Parts: sequence; C-alpha cells; structure tokens
Amino acid sequence: MTLTLRERILTLLVSVAPDVDAATVLPHVAFRDQFDFDSMDLLNFAIAVSREFGCDVPETDYGDLASIETCEAYLEPRMDAPPQA
Amino acid sequence: MSIEFRMPALGADMEAGTLLEWKVSPGDRVGRGDVVAVIDTDKGAIDVEIFSDGTVERLLVEPGTRVPVGAPLALLVGEPDAAVAEAVAQPPRTTTSASTAPSASIPLATMPGRAPRVRISPAARALAERLAIDAASLTGSGPHGAVSLVDVEAAARATPKAVSRRDTAPMRAVIAAAMARSKREIPHYYVTTTCDYTPVLDWVAIRNAGVPVEQRVLPVVPLLRAVVLAATQIPGFNGHCVDGRFDASQAVHLGVAVALRGGGLVTPAILDAGDKDVACLMRALSDLVGRARAGGLRASELASGTITVTSLGDEGVESVQPIVYPPQVAIVGAGAVVERPWLVAGEVRPRRLLTLTLAADHRVSDGRAGARFLARVADLLARPEAL
Repeated sequence: MTLTLRERILTLLVSVAPDVDAATVLPHVAFRDQFDFDSMDLLNFAIAVSREFGCDVPETDYGDLASIETCEAYLEPRMDAPPQA
Repeated sequence: MSIEFRMPALGADMEAGTLLEWKVSPGDRVGRGDVVAVIDTDKGAIDVEIFSDGTVERLLVEPGTRVPVGAPLALLVGEPDAAVAEAVAQPPRTTTSASTAPSASIPLATMPGRAPRVRISPAARALAERLAIDAASLTGSGPHGAVSLVDVEAAARATPKAVSRRDTAPMRAVIAAAMARSKREIPHYYVTTTCDYTPVLDWVAIRNAGVPVEQRVLPVVPLLRAVVLAATQIPGFNGHCVDGRFDASQAVHLGVAVALRGGGLVTPAILDAGDKDVACLMRALSDLVGRARAGGLRASELASGTITVTSLGDEGVESVQPIVYPPQVAIVGAGAVVERPWLVAGEVRPRRLLTLTLAADHRVSDGRAGARFLARVADLLARPEAL
C-alpha cells in the first residue's frame, strides 16, 4: 500500500505532535494557528520531513512547512527521488 | 541500616501523588539517580529517581494508591555511607516541605470510587485515569480477568467523549496555587531592557546553515546560555528562598516554561545547565520539551529548578512581566524578536530587538543588582560566539 503525500505529511505531523488528531487537521490553516505549534515543534517537524523525504530542509525554507498545503507544494517537486529505505 | 524512600514533592504545591508503577522489586540494587517508580501527579506521569544507593527491601505501597507527600513508599537497606549521600542529595524535597505550604486544595479528581480493587495493569490504570474511564466498569481480558491496555483502549473508542482533550482543571489548580503563593509571599520587582538580538540571530543563522537539521539550535538557546552564565556570575538570583532565608545554589538548574497544547504549562529544569554549551543546552531543551508534552519528566527536573526563563517569542508579544516560581527567586521573561529602526554608531539601522524582563524577589536582591544581572545578560548576548 502506498501512502499519498498528504498521508505521509500527516503521519510526520502526528509523530511530532502526538496529541494532534490527524483526522481534524485543516489543510489550508497554519499548524501554529490550529494547535499552538511553536518553534520547537517546527524544528522537530523539519527534522522529520528531512528524514522521511531524504532531503535537506534549510532553515530559510521553514516557512514552506507552515501548513499541509504549503508542505505539499514544497515537497511535491522533491518526490521524484524514491523514499529512503 | 534502613532507608525510607518517600513520596517526593514534585513542585511547590503538590500535596499527594498516585503511585502508578514500581520500576524495581524487592532485592534489586539501586544507585543514586535510578528511576524506581512512576508517580501520577497533576503534571502528568513523572519518573521518580532515588537519591541513595542501596538494595530494595520492601515495597510499602501498591500501584494505584494515592499517597501524601512525605509518606514512605519503600524501604531500602543502605550502603555504608548512603545516609550521608541522601542527606546531601535531598534539598529539592526539604525546600518544599516548608511550613508555608499553601492551603489551597488541589482537587483529588480521580480518587472517589477507588474502593473496590480492580485487577489492572499499571499502564492500563494510567491510561484509564488519563481518559477518566472508571476501571471498575471494564471487563478484563487479561490473566485472571485483569484489565489490560487493550481493554481500556477499547472502552475509549466506545466512548468517544472520553478521549477528547486532556483535562486541564487539575493543572490549572496547581498553577493557581503556585502563582497565588508567589504573589502573596514574594515581593516582586521588575527591571526591563531592550537588547539588539541581531548578532545572536546572525550567529545562529550561519551556524545552522552549516549543519544538518538535527544539529540546529533555536534562537532562544543563546539566551538560555547567557542567563545561566549571569546566574553564576551575579549572586542573589540562583537558588531557593525558604522561610525567608535564601539558599544560594552552586549549580544552575535552569527552569524552562513549557506551554502544553490545549492549555497549561510546566517549568521543568535543565539540570546542571552551567556545564552545558549552546549545542548541549539545545539537546537538553529539545529532550525536556518533548518529555514535558509526551510524559516522562523526572522528579528531580520538576522540583529542583533554581532560576527560570520564559519566552513568549513565538506569540508575537514584545515583552512579558513574569511571576517568580517559588521557592525560586528570579525569572527572566523574553518577548518576540521585532525588527525596528535602531541607532548604531550614530546611524539609524534596521535591527532585530529583544526585550528582556527580570522579575526577582526583593527579600533577596535589590533593583540595582537586578539591573546588573540583566545588563550582564545583554552584554553576553552581544558576543554570541563567546557563549
């Protein structure tokens, strides 16, 4: 079974913030406005994203990880590489 | 020689805790710092360490029992010089047994209905209590009809309301008791300064650009480091004030206010922060915040902070006038970094500014010392590469 990009992002989100219910996340609303995401959460999320997608996420790109939709736009072009084993 | 392991006070205003689980059995040898039990408090499940070396002789309390602070939980047979070790190692406990303990009562929310004993695993009991599910109402599928984690999870799914947000009422009561006591007993004074945080942010950006994401530091960490250094350099701000007497601490155990999603906060401490450089403080902070939110804080981390930092930088406010967390005597509050026109060598330049406020206990220090403390922090932040 292959997960969609959105499902992979949601899985990472819940791994960073286990108290977040993936079913209720609004894709267009910033994480920090939905569930008090702070800079520590964002850093942990960036770490999780870089591991899952095998790409570096420079600090200057953190703004692209604000919501599900911005994450999709950011990660879509980076999907060509096969996921890391 | 026999040593009693007692219910610790995990914070200034804890009156009792529920033993969730023993991590040791009679006959086990334990060393100072080993986690021996898990205690449920209004701050969540906390791993409790022991402060003596010895061998567990007898466990006096069954998991699931609520026990007042100071009551014996287990008996140990000590090593020859263990009594000395315990006497030295216990200040966190004695500071909270002061006769000034607040009268505010903390709701014993989960206690009624404990009467019929239920066979239930410790993990299942912890989950049931967290979800406010009455374990006695469950049918156990484990050995001898014991209620297991699976049974509690099944019950939680069956009653969706039970799995809604964490109940914040007990934590609110703890915060209320500690802050009311602080405002009642501690004559606060405040000093504020705005410092140019640009050098720190530039230094952090350059440092972070050269390392993998796992090794990056948050901009708040140099501030933590500067406060730790100032606390070791300027006397009167690092330690505990008990019964009006100030006990300065040699070590800096840096309390960090950690907000929890859905409300509430805890202020666990980074132990021995004076020995940690910026990279090391970042790892400690990341670990501490993770455990504050997911569970697994240690008793020593909750009770032994000697000075605290609170940062509301993520929320966009420019400054905060914080409240000292008793029995500590000082807290530094940081607002958000804001970009403003600023005079540098006679020219107006855009700079990124940080406003810091020190709240301190006037029984222990005066405004002049406070001003010196905060000026030292600002000086240190002007040269982040030297932190």
